[in-house]
Amino acid sequence: MATPVFRPVADHALLVEFGTEIGDTAHEAVLSLDRALAAAPFPGFREAIPAYVNLLVDFDPQQADHAGAEAGLRRLLSARPPAPAPQSWQVACCYEAEFAPDLDALAAACGLSREAAIAAHLAAEYRVYMYGFAPGYAYLAGVPPALQQPRKPAPVRGLPAGSVMVAGPQCLVSTLVMPTGWWVIGRSPERILLNEADRPVLFAVGDRVRFRRIARAELERAP
Amino acid sequence: MKALLRASFAGPYVTVQDGGRPGRMRFGVPASGGMDRLALAAANLALGNPAGAPVVEISRGGLVLDCLEGALSLAVAGGGFILESRGEKLGAWRVLSLRAGERLAIRPGPWGSWCYLAFAGQLRAPVWLGSQATHALSGLGGGVIRSGQEIAVDDAEIRAELAGAIPCPVLARPRHRLRVVLGPQDRFFPAAALESFLTARYRLTESYDRMGVRLAGPSVTPEGALSIPSEAILRGSVQVAGDGVPTILLADHQTTGGYPKIATVVSADLDSLAQLRPRDGVGFEAVSPDRAVALARQRAAAERAYLAALARHTATATAGGKTLPR
Repeated sequence: MATPVFRPVADHALLVEFGTEIGDTAHEAVLSLDRALAAAPFPGFREAIPAYVNLLVDFDPQQADHAGAEAGLRRLLSARPPAPAPQSWQVACCYEAEFAPDLDALAAACGLSREAAIAAHLAAEYRVYMYGFAPGYAYLAGVPPALQQPRKPAPVRGLPAGSVMVAGPQCLVSTLVMPTGWWVIGRSPERILLNEADRPVLFAVGDRVRFRRIARAELERAP
Repeated sequence: MKALLRASFAGPYVTVQDGGRPGRMRFGVPASGGMDRLALAAANLALGNPAGAPVVEISRGGLVLDCLEGALSLAVAGGGFILESRGEKLGAWRVLSLRAGERLAIRPGPWGSWCYLAFAGQLRAPVWLGSQATHALSGLGGGVIRSGQEIAVDDAEIRAELAGAIPCPVLARPRHRLRVVLGPQDRFFPAAALESFLTARYRLTESYDRMGVRLAGPSVTPEGALSIPSEAILRGSVQVAGDGVPTILLADHQTTGGYPKIATVVSADLDSLAQLRPRDGVGFEAVSPDRAVALARQRAAAERAYLAALARHTATATAGGKTLPR
């Protein structure tokens, strides 16, 4: 594993940075350290937050300091904890116009027909890179290049939970009513945020996701 | 016995909070809990409750409660809030009782943004992921208290022996000079911007809620990339958006973001920061990571001493002034 850069954050965290550009190498290193840390935490370790290129490691300043945490983490860098096999998920998505306010505009911006844009979204396999922003917001990477557009210039308010949205290479299924500048292309009945203390979310980071097209009737039947 | 209260008026951002739900940021869930954790603990300990028991967090909007049924003791701590009860005006930081037919109003006073109302009994409120703390953005957890809403407290009791003032320590006062550790993206800011960030006087704006507070003052514009691959944000992160205006993230912060963070406020100063009000001035002082750890330990020792004295006082009063076994 490449030697990361350790950056102190306030009195209680270290940002362990494996690169500056989003890519699989940096992300694999993040997940590997995350697993090693879970298996062998240093004294005072509180929690770790994996992201695209770095792992934020939070510790209790009553029990540890930055130098101690860094030493504990350096010892884990050579560990190669076995990666669990990623689980595959099928997420239902209804692309009908009422639930897909930005689908036509996104297709047009990509020079695709509406059906071709849907087909492109359905053809891809997505990888769960991280959770972030709000509870249960799983960032799925893998939007095909033909469907990639930067986020819209201005956010739209009040998008319902379950909105399937894309921006650049990323896709996500929202869990809360939120403003967003992403392109909303469908609606999913899938519940990603669970009310279980030991398993609050459906996907594990590293899992794979594919979308399955459903008609309005199936969306409306969902509990 | 049950006590039933009605929030005859509740300002915005009045929510159920407790010690929070730490350890789940990897799922997009911030710890939440009290904006001023010391005051929350003080209110609970003054009644003999566990420090992180559920309470109602009151904003500067205030709260008016009518007791509909039963009777119970309450503790109010945090900020310089004003209480009105039985025709009397008192300062916050007090244990008092409320009986059916009586009213308690809690209003903002000379200082502070957040005040805590603890109950002698169990506050009935939904639990989400093991905690009753409300995540304001989603409303998950104990929930937002709205005007007209009823609040039930189970096993409510009067603890008359605890009535009286709760000492308000210097630790609980607002801080205008915030200690920060620079970074983790300070390298993206030109030297002049860092200099300006550390010497200028900023003000809190009205954009202040449980998620964070936007400041007003000189803009600090990063060089080059305005966005980085999304990464973790913490309570205390000072994030600089495209307009160069710093925002300090607080208890219900988003867990990740792609804007550079010029600095992070040390944990020792976060409760006191939360008691500032819009238009109050703040300045930033850079300290080394080691100094920040030392500050965290000093603050924790001072908090422990204060809270232990409070718990001793409560225990002694509960035992009827008899000497407690050591």
